[in-house]
Amino acid sequence: MSEMRDYKSRLSDPSSRKFGTFSYLPAMTPERIRKQVEFIVGRGWTPALEHTEPSHLMDDYWYMWKLPLFGETDVDRVLAEAAACHKANPDNHVRLVAYDKLKQTQGAAMVVFRGKTV
Amino acid sequence: MRKTGSTYSAGVKDYRHTYWEPDYPLKDTDLLACFKITPQEGVPREEAAAAVAAESSTGTWTTVWTDLLTDLEHYKGRAYRIEDVPGDPSCFYAFIAYPIDLFEEGSVVNVLTSLAGNVFGFKAIRALRLEDVRFPLAYVMTCGGPPHGIAVERDIMNKYGRPLLGCTIKPKLGLSAKNYGRAVYECLRGGLDFTKDDENVNSQPFMRWRQRFDFVAEAVKKAEAETGERKGHYLNVTAPTPEEMYKRAEHAKSLAMPIIMHDFLTGGFCAHTGLANWCRNNGVLLHVHRALHAVLDRDRHHGIHFRVLAKCLRLSGGDHLHSGTVVGKLEGDREATLGWIDLMREKFIPENRARGLFFDQDFGFMPGLFPVASGGIHVWHIPALVAIFGDDSVMQFGGGTLGHPWGNAAGACANRVALEACVEARNQGRQVEKEGKEILLAAARNSPELKAAMETWKEIKFEFDTVDKLDTMHA
Repeated sequence: MSEMRDYKSRLSDPSSRKFGTFSYLPAMTPERIRKQVEFIVGRGWTPALEHTEPSHLMDDYWYMWKLPLFGETDVDRVLAEAAACHKANPDNHVRLVAYDKLKQTQGAAMVVFRGKTV
Repeated sequence: MRKTGSTYSAGVKDYRHTYWEPDYPLKDTDLLACFKITPQEGVPREEAAAAVAAESSTGTWTTVWTDLLTDLEHYKGRAYRIEDVPGDPSCFYAFIAYPIDLFEEGSVVNVLTSLAGNVFGFKAIRALRLEDVRFPLAYVMTCGGPPHGIAVERDIMNKYGRPLLGCTIKPKLGLSAKNYGRAVYECLRGGLDFTKDDENVNSQPFMRWRQRFDFVAEAVKKAEAETGERKGHYLNVTAPTPEEMYKRAEHAKSLAMPIIMHDFLTGGFCAHTGLANWCRNNGVLLHVHRALHAVLDRDRHHGIHFRVLAKCLRLSGGDHLHSGTVVGKLEGDREATLGWIDLMREKFIPENRARGLFFDQDFGFMPGLFPVASGGIHVWHIPALVAIFGDDSVMQFGGGTLGHPWGNAAGACANRVALEACVEARNQGRQVEKEGKEILLAAARNSPELKAAMETWKEIKFEFDTVDKLDTMHA
């Protein structure tokens, strides 16, 4: 059995902040992002991108990047938009959202580029 | 078939003359019920079925003159079909139709008082089980239903694309309020979405409800500030009286807590439906525990099946309901469980005998609620739970969080990492149940907390057979 460890999480340490689904896994890699985009468009959901300063991550509304990519099924186009959003806002968290219009909810939501706190 | 007489003759008649109508044309507005009847020896099936229809609607044991002052042809329940129970000749299924105006609008209390009232003690039958009820959409529309429902809860809690994670604080009884809040805080900062009062935590001398609520509120708020994620603790407002229940609910709201909880069967449907309405009016989520359910639903020949209790709860109101886990320490057959979690979540659930669903059930626009998988589960169960329950569920690990060798925060973190790894793998098209071990081992390479959890619980399994199997499985 491994030796007991302290759980490293502090109010004073911004890198303790999490941001929803997959934020307890290592930061996303391009291949892992691609697979999630494939999943999202395969389900018929609408991909969208949003971003925020890490200090405002608990807000309901992040900055919407352009408009949701309605009808987009080309995985590379979605990935290119995510990259463009990240490039324009390099210090911000960038979240990929999948709108499920039938259930009136987000079928998936994940930070694909982590901001400068991490 | 004989019409209700227009002249009065006193005495006792066979029930089947009035209450057995195999040619009855069902109406969309009829409330339909399926009973499993074990008759006394020598009682014909039609007579037993008609007796159940009579005793659960307009009938009594003898003719009375006031029968003639109303249109019993309209108001009576009718047994309209009889079926064999696969593999069990001691009993049979009886299907009964009731006109909708036998039941007060929006009152699960009234429906159960008729369908599961005196009739269950009736001498002509040895045992009786209410297997399923079809609530007509016209009746569903009169009920409040879940105060918020799945989609709204996701928006309130800001959690998407995965099951939610919870933990019941242990020991069940005996902690002081401050120590209890510590256990809550450690779980939430480690990555859980919710913690939960155990069902029998109400307001005992060792921890009165007000101190518990106050300390837990600080734990929730601090964990939110620390993790940047929204958190909640199911504050149990189950109380000896409705007045006391509402007092506790109001205090939870004044602390800005997002969710409270109630035991719907021990508390009773009258109190519960009122609390669900309060939750809807006050924007507080409602977690529902089901203490007492196994007393009612476990015996295969007598009682009320859990799928009926689940439907009643959805109508009465709740945002979460315990559903069993299939894989943990508590009873639950897989196909039957899939049947009743559909009843909690879906808009329209078609008849499906393989899952124990005897009727189509249309819930219209009534929101669905989260099934809660809780009881004897730990990280090794997560792949199966993701496969069985999907995203719209709450997975609660009590011992499976608190029993981690490094404490609650590490235990919570282990569960969160395992869950996210399984969801990611599922989205990638992998078979999580089959490949569960590889998925967890890979995730543990980046998470010492998960690695330690997997070492702790590796060998634990629960392989007792279920007592309440679906009838088709006996055949």
